[in-house]
Amino acid sequence: MTKTHVTATVNGDPVEFLADPRETLLDCLRDHLGLTGSKEGCGTGDCGACSVLLDDVLVCSCLVLGVEAQGARVETVEGMAQGGTLHPLQRKFIEHAALQCGFCTPGILVAAKALLDRNPDPTESEVRFGLAGNLCRCTGYDKIVRAVLDAAAEMRGAQ
Amino acid sequence: MNYHRPTSFEQASAIAAAAAGVTRFLAGGTDVLVQLRAGTVTPDDLIDLKHIPGVKEIAPTAEGGWRIGVAVSGADLGRHAGLCADWPGVVEGMRLVGSIQVQGRATLAGNLCNGSAAADSVPGLVAAAARVSVVGPQGRRELAVEDIPAGPGRTVLAPGELIAAIILPARGARGGDAYLRFIPRTEMDIAVVGAAVNLRLDGDRVAEARVALGAVAPRILLVPEAADAILGTPLDASALSALAAAATAAARPITDRRGTAEFRREVVGVLVCRAARIAYQRAGGAAT
Repeated sequence: MTKTHVTATVNGDPVEFLADPRETLLDCLRDHLGLTGSKEGCGTGDCGACSVLLDDVLVCSCLVLGVEAQGARVETVEGMAQGGTLHPLQRKFIEHAALQCGFCTPGILVAAKALLDRNPDPTESEVRFGLAGNLCRCTGYDKIVRAVLDAAAEMRGAQ
Repeated sequence: MNYHRPTSFEQASAIAAAAAGVTRFLAGGTDVLVQLRAGTVTPDDLIDLKHIPGVKEIAPTAEGGWRIGVAVSGADLGRHAGLCADWPGVVEGMRLVGSIQVQGRATLAGNLCNGSAAADSVPGLVAAAARVSVVGPQGRRELAVEDIPAGPGRTVLAPGELIAAIILPARGARGGDAYLRFIPRTEMDIAVVGAAVNLRLDGDRVAEARVALGAVAPRILLVPEAADAILGTPLDASALSALAAAATAAARPITDRRGTAEFRREVVGVLVCRAARIAYQRAGGAAT
């Protein structure tokens, strides 16, 4: 099987890797780039645990081939904290205990960040709708929604 | 699996025509990658169409309609004010497909070529009399959207043929369309029944209509008898009951885990009336 040389920008850093064309972007992030924050839950685009931004568009990285990322900008959960400082969403998830096993959390954080970038002042319904593509099987969604709303309020105040 | 990145539709067609094994065209990938992973379809040649110029564009046509590229996502459709104003029923059908993540990738052409009778974006396109531009080894041809699906998971496209764009006609004055589906939850599910209505008014009367039904037959149905039931009427109670009866009569559903045939025949009549009312109001008619 011929591998394809792919260059992309991940979390602001130029990267390159050799992808089997059957490998998903998720496989490439985890196995070739060592970025294991993005998780594989279902592998069929239903659970959102692998959510990343691809050229500013929220996607399931399990539904994108690694070779399709050629020349693209990819942002993962690893890019959210700035150095040792957590993103407000990450801090609020801890404060609100908005996770239990944590497997869905990276995808939810990325999806929530995409939501707040688009809509800094969402209603509760808008948060629930915006995160409908991210499944959590532990806690239910109440603490997650509260954490996102609280982070949004803090981020608006900081501006 | 060989991954190809052609830069023209002719090149894409030539790659597919020359391939000996299983080929798939890749736009959004939200069906192709799922099938690849499940092992149901393992292409020998995967042809990525996203590097062909214009595939991510929504452009006005000389006739006053819209030409939608094959890699335009559902999210792109939803952000396009002109298209949303002209064909809200087409856009709302596509916007029902999947999550925000899926909307970032999934395309009209992919939903059509996946060949599902429950495809949410297709009844709206059929009701709108949308056409597709097809490129193949014999050159270009244009087909009506309703003629593309051949049955579950199959299309009429010949080896080497692919869709190059979806073409919506001019909206024109006093027209409106709508799509509704039934699912047992509020979001993110596959249609148990879908119904799209597109109509044009003359005064308060329906002067032109097209009705398309989803998930009630092996293919998405264009139902002229249902359109005839409301032609010339102000969409009053008797017209709506004739519309419901025509839709129910045209439905040939199966019973599966999402709904029984009997339930689908009943619900398709209800949904088609609700969609007709919305289309009628969008066309500028008074609420019925």
